[in-house]
Amino acid sequence: MKWPRTLVFGAALFAIFLFAALISFLWTPYDVEVLNIPAKLKTPNAEFWFGSDHFGRDIFSMIMVGARTSIAVAIVAVGIGIGLGVPLGLWAAANHGSWLDEVIMRGNDLVFAFPSLVIAILITAVFGPSALNAIIAIGIFNIPVFARISRGGALSIWTLDYILSARVAGKNALRISVEHILPNIANLLIVQGTIQFSLGILAEAALSYVGLGAQPPTPSWGRMLADSQTMISFAPHLALFPGFAIVLTVLGLNLMGDGLRDILDPKIRRSRQ
Amino acid sequence: MLRFAATRLISLSLSLLAASVVIFAVIEVIPGDPAAFMLGMNAQEDTIAALREQLGLEGSIFARYFNWITGMLTGDFGTSYTYRVPVTELVLARIWISLPLAMFALILSTLIAFPVGLIAAARRGKPADMGIMATTQLGIAIPNFWFAMLLVVVFAINLRWFSAGGFPGWENGFWPSLKSLTLPAIALALPQASILARIMRSSVLDTLDQDYIRTARAKGLTRRQSITRHALRNAMIPVLTIIGMQFSFLLAGAIIIENIFFLPGLGRLIFQGITQRDLVVVESVVMLLVFAVITVTFLVDIAYAAVDPRLRRRA
Repeated sequence: MKWPRTLVFGAALFAIFLFAALISFLWTPYDVEVLNIPAKLKTPNAEFWFGSDHFGRDIFSMIMVGARTSIAVAIVAVGIGIGLGVPLGLWAAANHGSWLDEVIMRGNDLVFAFPSLVIAILITAVFGPSALNAIIAIGIFNIPVFARISRGGALSIWTLDYILSARVAGKNALRISVEHILPNIANLLIVQGTIQFSLGILAEAALSYVGLGAQPPTPSWGRMLADSQTMISFAPHLALFPGFAIVLTVLGLNLMGDGLRDILDPKIRRSRQ
Repeated sequence: MLRFAATRLISLSLSLLAASVVIFAVIEVIPGDPAAFMLGMNAQEDTIAALREQLGLEGSIFARYFNWITGMLTGDFGTSYTYRVPVTELVLARIWISLPLAMFALILSTLIAFPVGLIAAARRGKPADMGIMATTQLGIAIPNFWFAMLLVVVFAINLRWFSAGGFPGWENGFWPSLKSLTLPAIALALPQASILARIMRSSVLDTLDQDYIRTARAKGLTRRQSITRHALRNAMIPVLTIIGMQFSFLLAGAIIIENIFFLPGLGRLIFQGITQRDLVVVESVVMLLVFAVITVTFLVDIAYAAVDPRLRRRA
């Protein structure tokens, strides 16, 4: 099989940041929590590859650790979405047309009325800002996304003949959902998971930017952008590098999602070309 | 149609009711005593008691919820603890920045996305299409608040065409106010325009695959004629839904962008509310935002059904 170019390029782009995030656990050029005031606001040079910030911290190292924050928040948030949304969607589909289906879907509609930023605002207003609360906010928003997509996918499979034979063979709805439906909607979930992952990275950056996400000293790309804002006229490099990091990671994930969709969903291939 | 509208209206009211319960529960029930929460750790017992009385926290949870809801229905959102003025007053002063900003961005995004998406569809597979698709892919990946910062550097700091922030106020002239909303609106519109252009493109392409377009082509219409006369109108249906959905994203996005440009809108109000632990303000503004999202979704549903009779039956 020939891999789509978008998938290869996107995966390579994302792999760079994933690799940087993993390496940052073992090594970064500088310690991101140690202040070095004499070396503050250096432009990019041999010593500080991406320059240094107003506390003399190395931007390159902060980007590496920031990748860790972004990716971790987005992964867990997608995990919450899949972990709660998929069972809900499958459950609703198995009881299609019943009051349970109705309650689950109306509940989803309700969550959709709260953009993730608004959920984050509600949570932080009461519990205070933290990376964990950002994860919860983005995760809650992901639940209806996955519930809806798995319900839709499952409904079309429930009508197929082999599901009927499985029922005749005496399997209950739970076993059918897990053994027959889930493997068949896995493709849908993978593609949607990639998209929600990239949206999660953007949402985390936005929440950290407005101070509702990761708190100092934890480096995060959105936080770095917020810090750079007052210095942007004389130290634009502070704003450029975290911005590029966000754009390239999200771009990589989106291209990956497009490529995966081309491989996994033949129905969509025609209309996208 | 009337029956469709009526059922949607009932579900709209139920959604609003459910949303208000959620917001009330998060803000007023989870923190325990909101008065103690708002005053912080070192507050005196009698100060807390005084605030509790001032906020109307005496009485059962149900009574408080009922008061809150009936208050909102009559336009009384309570009194801000930090500003010491009615929240309604605070909101009314600020909503005329956030709402026009979101509308401005919506118009910009639509004006950009329509021609761009159409050109891409008409030149499917050609360099123009590939260029547009690559650009929109990038546009989706750029966080709007970062784009806003770059706009400030280029157009406010270097070129000095616009001010870097602030708002003169509508009473001091329409054009200066509109000008101060221009950069924020562009920043908000970019990612939405990219998404919309892609949807426009694929929607037109989907329509072009339909049999009636083949018939039109067989009758001798050129590709361009078949797009403008037949495909466009049908392709608009999904595009219109997305435009409606984008409004809520733009309103939420406006909250963030306002901070960059020092616009005294709802965003500034809500973030000040959070840092000052002014729960009355947070609660009311969040309810207002959710109300806007749910209402716009409702209006789009209705408009959609008015345009496409097939949808009325599905509800």
